[in-house]
Amino acid sequence: MKEQLEAIKAKAIAAIEATDGMDKLNEVRTGILGKTGELTAVLKGMKDVSPEDRPKVGQLVNETREAIEKLLEEKKVAFEAEALKRRYESEKVDVTMPAVKHEQGNLHPITQVRNQLVDIFGSMGFEVYEGTEIETDYYNFTALNTPQDHPARDMQDTFYLSPEFLLRTQTSAGQIHVMEKQKPPIKIISPGKVFRSDDDATHSPMFSQMEGLVVDKGITLCDLKGMLDEFVKEIFGKETTTRLRPSYFPFTEPSVEVDVSCFQCHGKGCKLCKGTGWIEVLGAGVVNKKVLEGCGIDTNEYSGFAFGIGVERIAMLKYGINNIKLLFESDMRVLKQIND
Amino acid sequence: MLAPLSWLKEYVDIDVTPQELEDKLFSCGFEVEERYEVGKDISNVVVGLVKTCEAIPDTHLHLCQVDAGKAGVLQICCGADNVEAGGKYPLALVGATVYATAKDHVTIEGVMTIGQGKLRGYDSFGMLCSGTELGLNEDLYPGAGYNGLLVLPEDAEVGADVKPILGLDDQIFDIAITANRPDCQSIYGIAREVAAVLGKELKVPSLEYTEHEALADSFSVSVDAKDLCPRYSAHYVYDVKMGPSPAWMRRRLALTGIGSISNIVDITNYVLKELGQPMHAFDYSYLEGGKINVRRANNGEKIQTLDEKEFELTDQNLVICDGVKPVALAGIMGGLNSEIKDNTTAVMFEAAKFARDNIRKSSRALGQASDSSALYSKGVYEYTTVMAMKRALHLIEELGCGTVSSSHFEDNTGNSIEPHEMKVSINKVNGVLGIKVPDEDIVRILTNLQMQPVINGDELTLQIPAYREDMEDYPDVAEEVIRMYGYDHVEGTFMPTARVTMGGLNLRQKNELRIKRALCAAGVYEGMHYSFFSPSDLDLIRLPEDAKERHAIQLINPINVDLSLMRTTLAPQMLRAMAGNQKKGILEGRIFELGNIFIPKDLPLTEYPDERETICIGAFGKEETFFTMKGLCDVVADTLGVTFEYSAAEKTFLHPYQTATITCNGEVVGYVGKVSYEVADDLDMSVGAFVAELDLRVLSQYYGKQQVFVPISKHDEEKRDFAFVVDKKITCGEIEKLIYNACDYVTSVKLFDVYEGGQLPEDKKSMAFSVVFTPRDEKIKGEKVEGFVANILKDLKDKLDATLRA
Repeated sequence: MKEQLEAIKAKAIAAIEATDGMDKLNEVRTGILGKTGELTAVLKGMKDVSPEDRPKVGQLVNETREAIEKLLEEKKVAFEAEALKRRYESEKVDVTMPAVKHEQGNLHPITQVRNQLVDIFGSMGFEVYEGTEIETDYYNFTALNTPQDHPARDMQDTFYLSPEFLLRTQTSAGQIHVMEKQKPPIKIISPGKVFRSDDDATHSPMFSQMEGLVVDKGITLCDLKGMLDEFVKEIFGKETTTRLRPSYFPFTEPSVEVDVSCFQCHGKGCKLCKGTGWIEVLGAGVVNKKVLEGCGIDTNEYSGFAFGIGVERIAMLKYGINNIKLLFESDMRVLKQIND
Repeated sequence: MLAPLSWLKEYVDIDVTPQELEDKLFSCGFEVEERYEVGKDISNVVVGLVKTCEAIPDTHLHLCQVDAGKAGVLQICCGADNVEAGGKYPLALVGATVYATAKDHVTIEGVMTIGQGKLRGYDSFGMLCSGTELGLNEDLYPGAGYNGLLVLPEDAEVGADVKPILGLDDQIFDIAITANRPDCQSIYGIAREVAAVLGKELKVPSLEYTEHEALADSFSVSVDAKDLCPRYSAHYVYDVKMGPSPAWMRRRLALTGIGSISNIVDITNYVLKELGQPMHAFDYSYLEGGKINVRRANNGEKIQTLDEKEFELTDQNLVICDGVKPVALAGIMGGLNSEIKDNTTAVMFEAAKFARDNIRKSSRALGQASDSSALYSKGVYEYTTVMAMKRALHLIEELGCGTVSSSHFEDNTGNSIEPHEMKVSINKVNGVLGIKVPDEDIVRILTNLQMQPVINGDELTLQIPAYREDMEDYPDVAEEVIRMYGYDHVEGTFMPTARVTMGGLNLRQKNELRIKRALCAAGVYEGMHYSFFSPSDLDLIRLPEDAKERHAIQLINPINVDLSLMRTTLAPQMLRAMAGNQKKGILEGRIFELGNIFIPKDLPLTEYPDERETICIGAFGKEETFFTMKGLCDVVADTLGVTFEYSAAEKTFLHPYQTATITCNGEVVGYVGKVSYEVADDLDMSVGAFVAELDLRVLSQYYGKQQVFVPISKHDEEKRDFAFVVDKKITCGEIEKLIYNACDYVTSVKLFDVYEGGQLPEDKKSMAFSVVFTPRDEKIKGEKVEGFVANILKDLKDKLDATLRA
């Protein structure tokens, strides 16, 4: 009996050693430990063993079985480890191959700049008022102290839709609507599309402006300067400073052009600022007394300032876009370039 | 406006450098757009004295030894016919720059640098120059028009730079004048500002003259159209001796871009440049009927102007007439019939103010412009009218080219040309600025501006000159003070007296931005197109004649027909944008635009039209399908927390079987579809393209929709898959809708397979759906969910004759 078990064990060792995979290993297991397996057959033969020998033989059989099972388990672990290794190897990738991307779109550069402006002025307490693109002559000109015979009203500059209606030439038109509807304090910005009959390399017949208006007690030119100083630092960088110089707009008095220190050369003079160290970015001024009075606002109590920013100009300066027309052509190569 | 420094110096003692003057002008509101030296291209040209001059045999050349002062005596070969020993001429040294001329010795072809040369074997160490080669002509320097060497004055210092001698060192300032300061559209006007900003005395040009005999004929001046001509003055000058004007006058006119014609005409142009007052001189002998009458032209009336162009006029044009005929197009140009000629012996000078709007409109309408009309369009003051007439008469005397009569004729509306008094509060002036400008500075500044300020407590009394019609109230005074005091005194403050306000976007603006960002996240790029488009855009999308989109607002004065209609749909420009990309070889892309369409209530407009916010999405490329596009539309729905329903539809420019109308809670909100092959062909599109348009005005009702949290049930969801066999004409949408309607525990219905053919009958298809039932408080597993399923199957059987696939 003992010899028989030894023989089974030796055969099992050889068979396990010779297996080359899990399938074979399972065959070996079944051949020895299965219902009809050799060791199982020995166990079945136990009934023929004399009762006094049974414990000893039983122990011997168990030892043999445990030894074989241990070997089988070891082999199984080895096979599993190898299989996992092969699986990993089979899944090896070239990590330098291209990524699978989920393409993100961009907001239009004009929308991006507009959002930045809205964020800055919104945090200063400015509400956003969007007027209409089609305006009346009254709101676009007359109420803005642009007299009937002012050159800016001429057909060459303004697109007319009827004797009364036109495409607004400036977002300033929104000022009047707001002042007619709302009592001071007024703090609004009015971004939107404007139209002028200009079409050449540097002009587009449609472009975007953002008008700002503050009307409250004791508003002065110094307040305009203080607010613009904050604004330019936010949009062009902390070192940026402003310079006011006299100008003329019918609806402000005094009127100023606002230059910012060149954010590329910081005033040394470069191509961007044409060597002057300054870049013209917006027009502004103290709201003309006549404009306030026309809207029924008491100028003994209230005063205000207004400013108008060319959004394309800011976008072109910020991003170095060299041709305004590119902004309206939806060329994917252009749209893909500037993201928030 | 061009202002030569030498001319400005006639009125102001300018003791600052040209750069300093430019900076000062800039700081007080006059931007110098360009400043240049008259001889900016000329360098290293000195006075040369020809010591010896010998003809080179068999040539037209002379071999000269020229004394160039410090540069020594140089050998120069010269081809000019007027070179002679003892003469002084401009000598361009080796390395000098002068103008290169064509064979005609007149046409300038660029700038050249003088090198050491060899002519016919003789070395030449420079070049003797003509006037043309130095950029001069007869007007700029007498003798410079001669086709040969420019002869320099005998007292010119040998070896000295020729520039100061020839006035080539003069500086020209090109100054931008803002629309509120027409009084500065002249040399004298600028000089007034220069004097004020430098704090210098202003020298008034001489206006003195002596009146002689009166005109013997009876003569009168009258204005019919007083609204268009508030002041008209005329003065008679006789014994006119026509001839050239003096060199100083010709030079100044030339520096400001005007060629010399004759003494009389030059005087009118000189006064125009000097004082900003257009003048005209009529040959008196051609004025018929003993009068000048200013009136609106008769419709159809004709006039031929000095440049021999003929115009047919309307009653919108103003004309100057004699007793018989129009003799000038008012403010624009004189008539040919009364032109000053070489044999003119008596003239009638005109100085008038015409309404700027009328002159501008006439000039534009007739397509006829002049220096005069340009000035009138900007505005000419009556003050200048009076001053200019005196100045012209003075110049007649100074030039000795005529005798000033005592016959002055005038018709005016009684406006004063004297200063008017204005009183303002100093506190209010400072209140505009936000700083306290010291009283003494206010007085100094306003004195320099000729406003004679007197301060009494808070009251500031000013005498406003008649040429400052822009000065109306205390803000104008504030502007005068600060532009001279300096904007650098303005200190930034942050509205200390203002109340706190809430800022930022409103609900609509926030939601529009949310939609834009959601589309970006789905790989769509934002584009922006013009608010106007072309009538051909409406044809491109094959709109029938009666389509509502054809009811579009027209621009009266578009740039061109392609930009002549306010858009009523965003689709055509999106189609063109997609096609434009494809033409550039970009074969895939996704674009959206959020913009307004313009729906008129009436045409022509008498009230504001409806500007409807609309979103248009375009996608093109071989990966795009109707369903990727539908997914992009659903991005908008998901952003707003609503569900879009799609039903098959037709659009004139879209694929007949890949087009849907989009509705939201039963309301039409837009459409989506594939661009038809016909339209794609028209646009040369090579890959499939899709377009959708959504009406954000309708969708805006869902902005800010209240979001309600639904508690998560502790019970498990149940999921069932069904494959229905239905008629081929049954749509996915119909089945989905029925499933949802059959059981309100259904929270998701997803199509996952469509199958046709095989064992299925010819007219049938199988559609497989995965359905999710979401429990609430109670468990639904088992009996309950089986009941739901039974309901669904029954409904589908009853309504669509759907059976479960075996």
